[in-house]
This record gives sequence, C-alpha cells and structure tokens, in this order.
Amino acid sequence: MLSYLGRRILQLIPVFLGATLLLYAMVFLRPGDPIAALGGERGLPEATQEAIRAEYNLDKPFIVQYLLFLRGVVTLDFGVDFRGREITEVIANAFPVTMQLALMALVIEAVFGIGFGLIAGLRKGKFFDGTVMVLSLTLIAVPTFVLGFIMQIVVGVNLGWLPVTVGNNPDFVSLLMPAIVLAGTSFAYVLRLTRTSVAENSTADYVRTARARGLGRYQVTTRHVLRNSLIPVVTFIGADLGALMSGSIITEGIFNIHGVGGTLYDAITRGESVTVVAMTTVLVVVYIAANLLVDLLYAALDPRIRYA
Amino acid sequence: MPDNYDDPRGGLATPRPGQEHFVAEVDEGGLGAVDAVKSDSAPSSFWRDAWREMRGRWLFWVSAAIILLVVLVAAFPGWFTSLDPRLDCELTESLGGPEPGHPFGFDKQGCDIYTRTIYGARASVLVGIMSTTMVVLVGAVMGSIAGYYGKWFDTILSRVTDIFFAIPLVLAAIVIMSVTPNRTAFIVALVLALFGWPQIARITRGTVMSVKNNEFVTAARSLGMSRGRILRRHVLPNASAPIIVYATVALGQFIVAEASLSFLGIGLPPSVVSWGGDINQYQQAIRTAPEIILYPAGGLALTVLGFMMMGDVVRDALDPKARKR
Repeated sequence: MLSYLGRRILQLIPVFLGATLLLYAMVFLRPGDPIAALGGERGLPEATQEAIRAEYNLDKPFIVQYLLFLRGVVTLDFGVDFRGREITEVIANAFPVTMQLALMALVIEAVFGIGFGLIAGLRKGKFFDGTVMVLSLTLIAVPTFVLGFIMQIVVGVNLGWLPVTVGNNPDFVSLLMPAIVLAGTSFAYVLRLTRTSVAENSTADYVRTARARGLGRYQVTTRHVLRNSLIPVVTFIGADLGALMSGSIITEGIFNIHGVGGTLYDAITRGESVTVVAMTTVLVVVYIAANLLVDLLYAALDPRIRYA
Repeated sequence: MPDNYDDPRGGLATPRPGQEHFVAEVDEGGLGAVDAVKSDSAPSSFWRDAWREMRGRWLFWVSAAIILLVVLVAAFPGWFTSLDPRLDCELTESLGGPEPGHPFGFDKQGCDIYTRTIYGARASVLVGIMSTTMVVLVGAVMGSIAGYYGKWFDTILSRVTDIFFAIPLVLAAIVIMSVTPNRTAFIVALVLALFGWPQIARITRGTVMSVKNNEFVTAARSLGMSRGRILRRHVLPNASAPIIVYATVALGQFIVAEASLSFLGIGLPPSVVSWGGDINQYQQAIRTAPEIILYPAGGLALTVLGFMMMGDVVRDALDPKARKR
C-alpha cells in the first residue's frame, strides 16, 4: 500500500509539472503587455515598467520565470500581487469559504444523489424511476448560472426562505443555496450513475445467492448491492471535488461570495497574471490530490483490488 | 468489419512484390454450396440491431425531433422570424410584455426576445458541433494510437493526456478566453476542444486495448493485413460505440460551457447573439422582469436536453449488456 502510494505520487510529479507549465505558458506567453496596461490610458514611465518587470521576473527568459515560479510553489511563497498584497495570504483568505462551499455541495450531491439513485435503480422502469430520470436530465440541461438565478428569484426573493446573496460573512445558512446550486449538475450525474450501477448489480449472481442464503432485503441492499454499486460513484464524486472548486467561479459570482472563484475571476479581469497562475496551480493540486484519493478509496471499497 | 462480407478475398492483403502466395482452388459445386453464405439476406449486424432498438423508443423520436428543430433554427433562423435580432429594436418598447407578433415580449434594449432566442441557437449549435468534432478527431486518434501501438507511444500519450486532464475544462477555458483578443465561435470551440479531448482519448484507448486482443484481429494479422489497416478496418469500428455515446453527451456539455463563457462575458462577443450572452444581459433586469431570462435559458436547456436524451438512447442501444435486460 505504502509503496503503491509512493509510486503514484512519483507519477504525479510530471503531471503536475506539465499542467503548471501549460497554465504558466497560457497566461504569460500571451499577446499584450500586462505591465504596460497597468498605467491605464496615461501609461507608466519606462523606468517604472522596467522596475515592475524586474520585480515579477518578467524580464527573464520564459523558462527561468517558470522555474522561479516553481520555487515559489514549493516554498509556498507566490510573491505579491499588483496591489501589493501577499498572494499566499490572498489564497489563504479565499480558500476556507470555497472549501466549505465545495464540501457542502459534495455532501448534498452524495447523500441525495446516491439516495435517489438507489431507489430509482431498485425500481428500474417504475414511475419513480421515470420521473427521477427526466428530472435529472433536465437538471443537467439547465446550466448552473440559470439554476442560480431561478433559485435566487424563487427561494430567495419570492419565498424568502434563504438569503439571496452571501457577502462578507459566509455562514452555513447563507451558503446553503449556493451549495445546492453548485451541486445541481453533479447531483444529477451521481443519481444516474448510482441508478445504472444499482440496476446492473441487483440482477447479479451474488445478489441472488445472498437472497437465497436468506439475508433480509435491507442486508442485501446495503451490504451487497450498494457497496458494489458505489465504486464508479465514488470515482465520480472524488474527481468532482476539483471540478466543484473551479466551478465555483460562476456560483461565487452569482452569490457574491469572496472565495477562490470570486478572487480568481477578479484577478482574471484585472489582468493579475501572477495571482491567476498561483490560484489555478492550487486548484490543479486539489484536483490531482482528489483523483489520487479516489484511487486509494478503491481498495477500501472493492476487496478485489489490492495495491501491492 | 461488417462492410466487406462480399469481398471474396476477405480483406486479404495484396501480395508484395516477390512474395509467394498459395491460394486454394475454390470448390464451386456440391458441399461448397452448403457452406456458402447466403448473401441476399442481410446479416443482422450490430448497428442494425442498435437501430431497431432505438427506433422502438419514444425517447429517441422526441430527442431526434428536438435536435432536428434546433439544427433547423440554427441553420435557417429566417424561417422562424422575419425580424432582425439587433436592428429591429425600439427603446420605447423596453422591457415591454408580450403582445401580438412578439410572443416573448421585449428586452431592455427593446429588441424582440423571441427573435433573439431564435438567432441565439446558431452560436450554441455551431460551437457544440465544432468542438465535439475536434474532440472526437483528436481524442480518437490519440487514444487509438496509444491503445493499439502501446509501448512508448502509449507512455508518452498517456502522460500528455494526464497533464491536460489535470486542468478542469471550465477553469482552463476561462483562463485562456480571458486573454484571447478576437473571440469567434471557432476560437471558443478550439479552446473547449483543447481541454476536452483527454476524456475521449482515455475512453478510446481503453476500448481499443480490449478490442485488439480479439480473435478477429489475430486472424486479420495472420492474413498479412498491415497494422494501420487492421486499426482502421477492424479495431476502430468495433471500438466506436463508446466514442459515439460520449460524443453525444459531450456535445451538450460543450454547449453549456460556451454559454457559461459567454455569460461571464469572455465567450462570444456581445455583437454575436448567443443564449449565454443574452442570459447575462437579461439578468441585469432580474428584479424588474425576472421572466425574460427564461427564454434564452429555455432554448439552451431544450437543446442540451435533446442531445443528452439522444446520448442516453444511443448508449442503451449500443450497449448489448443493457439491451438484454
């Protein structure tokens, strides 16, 4: 197990390097000069521009810039942004609320997705199944931002059950609606995945054997059908954590949450390249780590898989 | 595989110069006739079965109708409205409700919302189809080369796939699009495809690897078929079902991604009528006229729903395991 973990982490290093190099190139090898744009219409004196370029290592060759950036990643020191704030601090401030939002969304999609999916899968072809399938397709077809607006109008304004926006003091209640919206599409996917998997497994030979041995319905469902059906679902949910965190760009914009998504979008529109690269790097790390975690969870869920 | 039943040589490779060939004489009479394949009755092929399965389901016809309608609207918006989405706007009609000839009412600029919703289809369908085509081409080529030739090809391509896979699609698209100066439908499709192909490459690699160990591949190789020809004629047609299924679903996802980018203001420019852009524009009037946002959103949802349902039907039809039940 430990040697497997070590091997996997070693394998992830080239992936991480490649992904960050790609991101870095995308942001910095673009046309246009972010430094010259800093001064607005009047422009900055040449000497000031040179000084800023030197501060952000932009005067050095691209590959040196990238290596210096990597040193920043390893030492967790990304430097300061154009407004003089420590980027590490900006990220540290933005992360907790997005993490909370993503985890809430993850719990919502897991609990309700697996729950409804299990019932639908056990009653494949019945009324409940059909209704849930059509509803989940509709949910997938409606984009996150549309769902967000509809929820804001109906639940927030008309019914007044939940706060419409979040603002500066995010708590559980105000984050509930954004979390539901963020979870929406993934919930539908989890539901459909669970349903297919449960429907397939409930006709498997080992389930019939379990019934023949006289196990109760509950035992058969939870211990045999569900446990075997969860393997593809867990893969999806785990990989989704990274997607939820980056998907929060839209959700946080709609609900005015000052988390990773909001800060990142702000940085993108202001052309704060250094912040953009730093934050996307952290998001990529979360994404890779979540995928690694999923692989390890496999062994816990599926006794057939043993990592040597 | 199914298309050369009546090729008497059975796909036998042409002998290379200097290569000797022993060809047995064909026994024309007696028992040979018993063994002969009845060529007038069409063989019940995989695709024929799938088609029979699909056409028996109402979901197939509903989704086919939606897709046909959306494609028609996208191709010929003039058939559905006589107005121009940008020019026929009267500020005096700003946010006016529905009236005869204007079933959806007017937006803040006084433009007819029905006309804008009709014209918005083109951007979504265009981007969806273009990026899906690119993703299928790149992903299938990369995946089949990695899966079929294996060895260092596989190692390198799989690592490249992993790298692109490690960056979430929407995140990458937002980062690139925000620094792209001339944003056209083609550019948006290209950016989405650039980060969308790893998924399909992985799927193709997996199925190609499982197909290439089949007996018919060994048989083709023993007949002297070249590797490239085996890949094209025998392996890819048999590995195409998962690719088609994923492509149908991916098309819906690309349409949503394009709308998200346009909604954020970094997708298509405001000069192009698009559902995402209109949703962004209409949400500014969300307190005064919340219902107008539903029209572009409805068009978007209906389109994606059509493709997603089609993906569902196709998957059920192409997966023999699911069909048995």
